[in-house]
Amino acid sequence: MEPKGAANGQAGPRPFGLHYDVWGRLVLTDADGRQHIGVELVRAFPLSDPQRGISICDCKGRELVWIADLNALPVSLVRQIEEELAKREFVPIIRRIVKVSAPIEPSEWEVETDRGCTTFVLNSEDDVHELDEHRALITDANSIRYLIPDLRQLDSHSRRLLERYL
Amino acid sequence: MNGTNEKSDKLPAHWSDETAVQLETGETLLAWFEPDLDDRLHYARGVVLLTDRRVLSGREVEGGAVHWQSWPLTEGTSLRTVEHGSAATLELVDSSGRLACWYYTAGKATAAHRLVQKLESWRRSRQDGDGQSGTAVCPSCGAPINAEDGRCEACAAGPAKPSLSALLRLAAFSRRRARIIVLGFILTVSAVSASMVPPYLTKPIIDNVVRPWEERKENHSTLAVWLLIGLAATAIVAWALDWAKLYVLAWVSERISADLRAKTYAHLQRLSLEFFGGKRTGDLISRISNDTERLCNFLSINLIDFSTDILMIVMTSVILMSINPLLALAVLCPFPIILWMVARVRGRLLRGYRQAGAAWGSMTSVLADTIPGIRVVKAFAQESREIERFDVSNERVFHSANRLNKVWSLFSPTVTMLTTYGSLIVWVFGIWQIFKGRTSLGELTMFLAYSARFYTRMESMIRMASAVQRAAASAQRIFEILDKQSNVPEPVRPVHPGRLEGRIELRGVRFKYGSREVLHGLDLTVAPGEMIGLVGPTGAGKTTLINLICRFYDVSAGAILVDGTDVRSFPVEEYRRNIGIVLQEPFLFYGTIAENIAYGRPNASREAIVAAARAARAHEFILRLPCGYDSLVGERGQSLSGGERQRISIARALLIDPRILILDEATSSVDTETEREIQAALQNLIRGRTTIAIAHRLSTLRRADRLVVVENGHIAEIGRHDQLLEARGSYARLHQAQMELVHGRNGNGT
Repeated sequence: MEPKGAANGQAGPRPFGLHYDVWGRLVLTDADGRQHIGVELVRAFPLSDPQRGISICDCKGRELVWIADLNALPVSLVRQIEEELAKREFVPIIRRIVKVSAPIEPSEWEVETDRGCTTFVLNSEDDVHELDEHRALITDANSIRYLIPDLRQLDSHSRRLLERYL
Repeated sequence: MNGTNEKSDKLPAHWSDETAVQLETGETLLAWFEPDLDDRLHYARGVVLLTDRRVLSGREVEGGAVHWQSWPLTEGTSLRTVEHGSAATLELVDSSGRLACWYYTAGKATAAHRLVQKLESWRRSRQDGDGQSGTAVCPSCGAPINAEDGRCEACAAGPAKPSLSALLRLAAFSRRRARIIVLGFILTVSAVSASMVPPYLTKPIIDNVVRPWEERKENHSTLAVWLLIGLAATAIVAWALDWAKLYVLAWVSERISADLRAKTYAHLQRLSLEFFGGKRTGDLISRISNDTERLCNFLSINLIDFSTDILMIVMTSVILMSINPLLALAVLCPFPIILWMVARVRGRLLRGYRQAGAAWGSMTSVLADTIPGIRVVKAFAQESREIERFDVSNERVFHSANRLNKVWSLFSPTVTMLTTYGSLIVWVFGIWQIFKGRTSLGELTMFLAYSARFYTRMESMIRMASAVQRAAASAQRIFEILDKQSNVPEPVRPVHPGRLEGRIELRGVRFKYGSREVLHGLDLTVAPGEMIGLVGPTGAGKTTLINLICRFYDVSAGAILVDGTDVRSFPVEEYRRNIGIVLQEPFLFYGTIAENIAYGRPNASREAIVAAARAARAHEFILRLPCGYDSLVGERGQSLSGGERQRISIARALLIDPRILILDEATSSVDTETEREIQAALQNLIRGRTTIAIAHRLSTLRRADRLVVVENGHIAEIGRHDQLLEARGSYARLHQAQMELVHGRNGNGT
């Protein structure tokens, strides 16, 4: 799989390929044909602009390839990258807040997410961030992040529970 | 300020007569200076005159006579100043030694320097044959100024401070909302009028309905129905008007205090660093939050109540007077006593509230000090001392409140008692008048109904006395900020810098913190794109110099020119847009990393932000954070290491692509490994920009084109690293000391 990268200078990366080796590690074949085993994909702007600015880093965190715009890549590679990113990105989207145990922290939250129902512990009210208008990010005691993409779409019960944190 | 506003060629009147006698024919006066201390450092009047032949000194001795001395000007004579704290000496020396000296206070320092420079420039002009062109103009307003002093008389005269009391100024401030205030006033008048109707109707109900039935069994039920309907209707009208009034006035007061907060904060942001240096954070926060809130409460509750009360009292008195003047006087008789009491406690209350405000401010200051500094507190195990410190100021809050309460607790009951006596008087008077047949039962009932309202309002009206004082104290604290003029004034006739080239020129730059002069006349020219390393011991004035170049402060004398224009001629914001700064302690605001990098250019594209981060060697560690560039940092966010924060601040400086770059100990707080990373990042930053870097580790400045050694507010040496080493001066000594330190450490390690 050797796609042709967009040739406009720094915007598009030089051609590269990705595959999994027999141990399930992600291997990058860079433009010079060198293989890098165990690379990681990282989004630079996971919240504000997930489709652009994706970096492929080696296991030590050194950047190997910078993908300015995902859409500039061939479709098959994009699909591969997105599948890999989906595997490592765990940010449940909260659809409904069922219960908040107490008005003081640490409090236990019972929520319904796109990945099913769960409970988590919120350590401090500072861990609820309003990202921009109508978007909120909650970080629980284990540093797991939960996203509320649109506060307006929550039902009134959830909104009332969330109100004092925003 | 003494001496700075005086022209060098105009001698004060009381000296000019004396001087005329002393000067020989053909001798011209070049400059003069008035030392204000004698040789025992007591205040005394004297004058030093510089002519083209001599230096003359006149000292006032007892009885007002002046004792004159003079020294001829020879090749070797020169004047110099020696400063030591708040008193200083001006010395006349020649090759043989000190000829004379005069003492003066720090306020006269600029004038003394002027005299020294005048002598030098006069001598120079005689040697060169032609004098310097003497027509300097003020960089701010364009008016001609004294070349040696560098201060403009036109600009120095600040605007007169308005002497209106703070609350009246608040009224002036609210003028923008005049229309809605008028609406609120009209609503208030109507609401009060509506509330006056029910007691008025009690009279016909008793006299024309109840009593006719009781006494003569006459049935006036139709009238009764109409009167009762009237009562019900006015209640509804009064309710609607009250609601409208309260809403409108609450809106206005909230709006005004929001305006005031916005304006105070905007003004605060524009004040120079000097102001913040002298103020405590907690106090400023308390002024902007508590004091405006207090004003809002005053406007929305006290003022509305008060105006309603006044209206009600005026209307009631008018109605009562028109019906029965004698009875009316009885109702009103406690009123003057209460007014007298209010007048008596007013002053005490104002003082009390101002004290309470100050106590509150110092308590918040303690919080603002210790919470950010909590690491230091804990490291030195000073928790209990901090608790004690807080307790002390907390107790002060309690005591200042307590003092006020003492006055209050006596005051309110007294007023209540007086009003009870007031209604007693109405009863006595009314019964007496009914006996005499001069008034009806209905009238008395009406009077009692009115006076009950009247008196209940009276008490709340008294509260106004304290509310006004409290609000006035708050208003005063806010206007104190608004009245502060920035020490870095905007130019009257601005020169727009656009994109600067980056040539920096210091011409005889002097700077004083209070009375202490820290820079004693620096001259330096930096070419565009050059990198200058500032070296020297702590306290030598390196950071001050940088603050002056950034225009956080203005020079006390001399000038700083960028691209040939005095920096004071540029609008401050436009000028600073050309400057990038990386400080020793990088400050990250609460927000995402991307926002922090883009702080100086909020509309920067994501590509530009990533490019800046890459150049600052920050890209890869940012990617390792859980949210990449969207990770939150700052006070409540992700914690970053010193080196990481520093690289973010380098990226921030890179993004605005400044022409002039200032590095103030940018790498001194990190380890050598990180320093190497930062050095690499800095290389990208420095390229093609005029750079001024301060560093203690001399190795950091290896790439500097020139090194400037600053010592005690003077430039000691200028040159390249190897040149300075050869010169074996201060730099060589510093270098030697650091080498020994490094080797010594290595020696211990092995």
